[in-house]
Amino acid sequence: MLEIKNLHVTVDGTEILKGIDLSLGSGEMHAIMGPNGSGKSTLSYTIAGRAGYDVTEGEILFKGQNIVDLSPEDRAAEGIFLAFQYPVEIPGVANTTFLKEALNAMRRHRGEDELDAMQFVRMLREKVKELGISDDMLKRAVNAGFSGGEKKRNEILQMSVLEPALAVLDETDSGLDIDALKIVADGVNRLRNPERSMLMITHYQRLLDYIVPDFVHVLAHGRIQRSGGKELAQELEKNGYAEFTKTDAAA
Amino acid sequence: MNTQTDQILPFAGILEQAAASLPGADLDWVRAMRIRSYDRYVELGIPTVRQEAWKYTRLKTLEDTVFSPYHGDSNQTVDVLPGIHAASGAGVRLVFVNGHFRADLSNQEELPAGVILENLAATMIRDSNWLESQIANPLLGAAGSLESLNAAAMHDGYVLHVAKNVVVVKPIEVVFVGGLSEGPVASFPRNLIVLDEGAEARIIVHQCSAGTDASFSNTVSTVSLGQNARLSLATLQEEGDDATSVSTTQVECARDSAFDSMTLSMGAQLSRTEQHVALAGEGSSCRLDGAYLMRGSSHCDHTTLVDHLVPNTTSNEMFKGVLNDESRAVFQGKIVVHPDAQHTDGRMLNKTMLLSDRAEIDTKPELEIYADDVKCAHGATSGQLDETALFYLRSRGIPEAQARNLLVQSFLGEVIERITDDVLRDTITEKVVGWLPTGGQSS
Amino acid sequence: MSATVETVDQITDLADEKYKYGFVTDIESDTLPPGLNEDTIRFISAKKDEPEWMLEWRLKAFRHWLTLEEPDWQKPKFPKIDYQDACYYAAPKNMKDGPQSLDEVDPELLATYEKLGIPLREQEMLAGVAVDAVFDSVSVATTFKAKLEEVGVIFCPISEAVKRCPELVKKYMGSVVPFNDNTYATLNSAVFTDGSFVYIPKGVRCPMELSTYFRINEANTGQFERTLIIADEGSYVSYLEGCTAPMRDENQLHAAVVELIAHDDAEIKYSTVQNWYPGDENGVGGIYNFVTKRAACRGRNSKVSWTQVETGSAITWKYPSCVLLGDNSVGEFYSIAITNNRQMADTGTKMIHIGKNTSSRIISKGISAGKSDQTYRGLVRMAGKANGARNYTQCDSLLIGDTCGAHTVPYIESKNPSAVVEHEATTSTISEDQLFYLRQRGIDEETAVALIVNGFCRDVLQQLPMEFAVEAQKLVGISLEGSVG
Repeated sequence: MLEIKNLHVTVDGTEILKGIDLSLGSGEMHAIMGPNGSGKSTLSYTIAGRAGYDVTEGEILFKGQNIVDLSPEDRAAEGIFLAFQYPVEIPGVANTTFLKEALNAMRRHRGEDELDAMQFVRMLREKVKELGISDDMLKRAVNAGFSGGEKKRNEILQMSVLEPALAVLDETDSGLDIDALKIVADGVNRLRNPERSMLMITHYQRLLDYIVPDFVHVLAHGRIQRSGGKELAQELEKNGYAEFTKTDAAA
Repeated sequence: MNTQTDQILPFAGILEQAAASLPGADLDWVRAMRIRSYDRYVELGIPTVRQEAWKYTRLKTLEDTVFSPYHGDSNQTVDVLPGIHAASGAGVRLVFVNGHFRADLSNQEELPAGVILENLAATMIRDSNWLESQIANPLLGAAGSLESLNAAAMHDGYVLHVAKNVVVVKPIEVVFVGGLSEGPVASFPRNLIVLDEGAEARIIVHQCSAGTDASFSNTVSTVSLGQNARLSLATLQEEGDDATSVSTTQVECARDSAFDSMTLSMGAQLSRTEQHVALAGEGSSCRLDGAYLMRGSSHCDHTTLVDHLVPNTTSNEMFKGVLNDESRAVFQGKIVVHPDAQHTDGRMLNKTMLLSDRAEIDTKPELEIYADDVKCAHGATSGQLDETALFYLRSRGIPEAQARNLLVQSFLGEVIERITDDVLRDTITEKVVGWLPTGGQSS
Repeated sequence: MSATVETVDQITDLADEKYKYGFVTDIESDTLPPGLNEDTIRFISAKKDEPEWMLEWRLKAFRHWLTLEEPDWQKPKFPKIDYQDACYYAAPKNMKDGPQSLDEVDPELLATYEKLGIPLREQEMLAGVAVDAVFDSVSVATTFKAKLEEVGVIFCPISEAVKRCPELVKKYMGSVVPFNDNTYATLNSAVFTDGSFVYIPKGVRCPMELSTYFRINEANTGQFERTLIIADEGSYVSYLEGCTAPMRDENQLHAAVVELIAHDDAEIKYSTVQNWYPGDENGVGGIYNFVTKRAACRGRNSKVSWTQVETGSAITWKYPSCVLLGDNSVGEFYSIAITNNRQMADTGTKMIHIGKNTSSRIISKGISAGKSDQTYRGLVRMAGKANGARNYTQCDSLLIGDTCGAHTVPYIESKNPSAVVEHEATTSTISEDQLFYLRQRGIDEETAVALIVNGFCRDVLQQLPMEFAVEAQKLVGISLEGSVG
């Protein structure tokens, strides 16, 4: 599904990612963990194609195609979804309007028929019901005045509507209390399926108690330092990231 | 409407009458500056309400009163001199009477090394070249009519120069006493403040009247702040009912410097306080605050212009006032964000409370923006005391008059609390309480 | 479903459109040679077969106009207008005697209006909208006249009203905007050629939206229309105005006057979608839109609501205003102004509170892009007797790119302690975060900009009648094309 090879990324002239190799198969859930400043968010923005994150070396293959030169909207249309750490507020634009436009833009891209207003609303109602989200949230402007928990739930709702092949969840747990975290994790788990890969980026192990990954990678100083199964996360919880910060200091 | 055309221009011929007695008569650059400025003044004339910048303020006294600069002896007795820090004998204070420096009433001691504080006439003698470099150039050409008149007729004022990294801890107080003469008197104070890199100072200016005669003062102050310099300037306008007072302060801020100003206007028949701040260095900031309390038929005008010239500068303005009787207040604030001045943060707030149905407020908070990634906001409100709050206080047993005063105090409190000098803040609070109608706060 | 939902589809459909109204209709026309003097005015008056009093009023205005100097306090500056170089009368030739029915209207003209999206044939009309179409100097067709007359509503060209109900015209014309009000209004009073007249009798709720479309077709022609709307006691009317012009290299002056009068308990809702030709991307050509629009809320509980979407014109300079005379009367101003390329706008409103408990609300959304420059200028005045009056003003600017300007110049004057005035203004831009977020969800950049801008304007778009809201949203998208990226 996703194959990252020797990825080097520079932001404002500083190299942040220094050769990442990562491979996600269909239906797999990977977690990337790492200390602050290790390059976690850079990785998620680079996959999504944000301007200012310059790939100087290496490639990102998505369904076999190198996507490094694609615009963010084309990547989205190909099936890449980024759940933002800080979802952006768009005042005055109703959530429904936004979702309909996003979905139909992708359908157009794929040569599918657009959904008309009735079809769309029917589909949206179902999704909302599945995720236990209130109708009220659909009428409000995108993320404007939403609480931290509402914003994250809104991200999950968008993912369920847009049905991506790859979801990158950037610090989905940040700013959430334990109850909100459970609701969001539940939403993510419902959306797991054999055709969908997920890349979960987090600082803390606690999210992994609710969303259990198949693989865990430790990112520090711009490189994957170690990879393993879910037990790696528990080890990190016990020992912290000290070991990995040291590694680099010695290098 | 424009009566000026059939009237003689006020202060026409002032140069011929006074040239010899004005300081700097022996300096070529001073003479040249006076002549050029006078010509410009004659060309521009006195501002009228037909001009946008003077739409709400009419210099009526200049139409029907003839003011002359004071030429008498400089030895009048002044009964009470205001002072906050200086009153206890602990501070530095410069005193000007009818615009003339009074060494006998001033105290310039106790200043740290690297600080020059003196009157303008003294600077002309001591270091004319430096003075010329500081005030001669920016004046000519673009100056407004009152600034030009000041440059033509300036006779004295204070000069403060603080050397690099010198911090003047104690506030410097400057007192301008007007009206001590027989017949209407005009004065043209000219002040200069230069803080070199990293220097810090605080100035408190008192504008007051001791006599009962009509006075007209037209002040120009030039402030230049070096990198990282900090100046806090407070002006207490408490002149009498016969005073007309206009002042213009030009401030230029270099990188990371900060200019803070607080203006308290509670005196004069008519006062106009105009401030122009140029934020010319990245990281520089200014705060322009003001409180005004007007009664009778007094008129005050606060006009500000902040130019954000480079990226990453900040300005914050808050003017709040209370108007009683037939008084009138004007607030004109303008924030200009120049092209490329990205990441500007500019805020402006003006709130006025009308206590009488004959009072009037005219407000014009302007934004002029030429850069997109900026945060600018302004707000203005006008209204009366909050009846619900008044009822609340009265229901708790506070008599109505006192409750009203409390609400006025709390209204002005928002701006007064921003004063960092405790002594100054307490003094202003006391003045506010003293201004309120009797039955006011009893503590 | 809210109109906003439709936005995106509309914009996408129109992705390739620029100024689609820029065509010129090839119609033989009856045009007065350029020049302005008393004979010009006599000619216009004679063409319109006007009574003597109307001519006298015109001449009075003209003589006054000759004494006036043009104002220069506005932010947009422009070269001096040569009034002798413009034409003051142009009419499609075979309209001389006025069409008796649509069948007599030149088919070419009907086609023009169809291109503009305004079908004049009643059977093709959107149900519930009566249209008066003004082509250069004359009204070419007013639809649904008969139906309106059943309920006593008069909706006709003003040239017809002068003859049909002279008492009403005499009484009200110039009563809100006097002939000597300002340079352009005075010029209009002298040379106005046509426009719409509306009278809603007591207690009548106008059964349909009334609408006028203005079109300047002839080259080198100024358009000076005059609109007069009178809402008698307890009546209601919603009126829409739309404007287009061909693309031409020279600047054309449009100096209209609109007067609204609302009596006791009456309400007038006046909406404008102004899409005059804005000139090209280098600022060549385009309309100078210098219009005086003013409403008098004369009666108790009367209400006037101005809603405007301004996307066109090289220079827009106007302040639709309300004089709130009647106690409890209400004035509203909702505005979206978009400037792109080298367009300039200096627009806003005046709310003059005179009666007790009058209230006003101003919501202004300005969007500047390209090398354009935009000023909001507004006056709120609380007179000494306006006890309990209220005003709320919200004035927001959105800047797109760093070569445009956005300015806010509010004037607030209060002489009444019980009057409450609240004014807020903000400035913002489209953040890179917002754009990336939308693009990550698959929305392309131009659509994303249109979406964000429509969101920014939402408070105002909601005030527009449905048919206009859709058109307005399309315009928002088209006007900003190419402003990002």
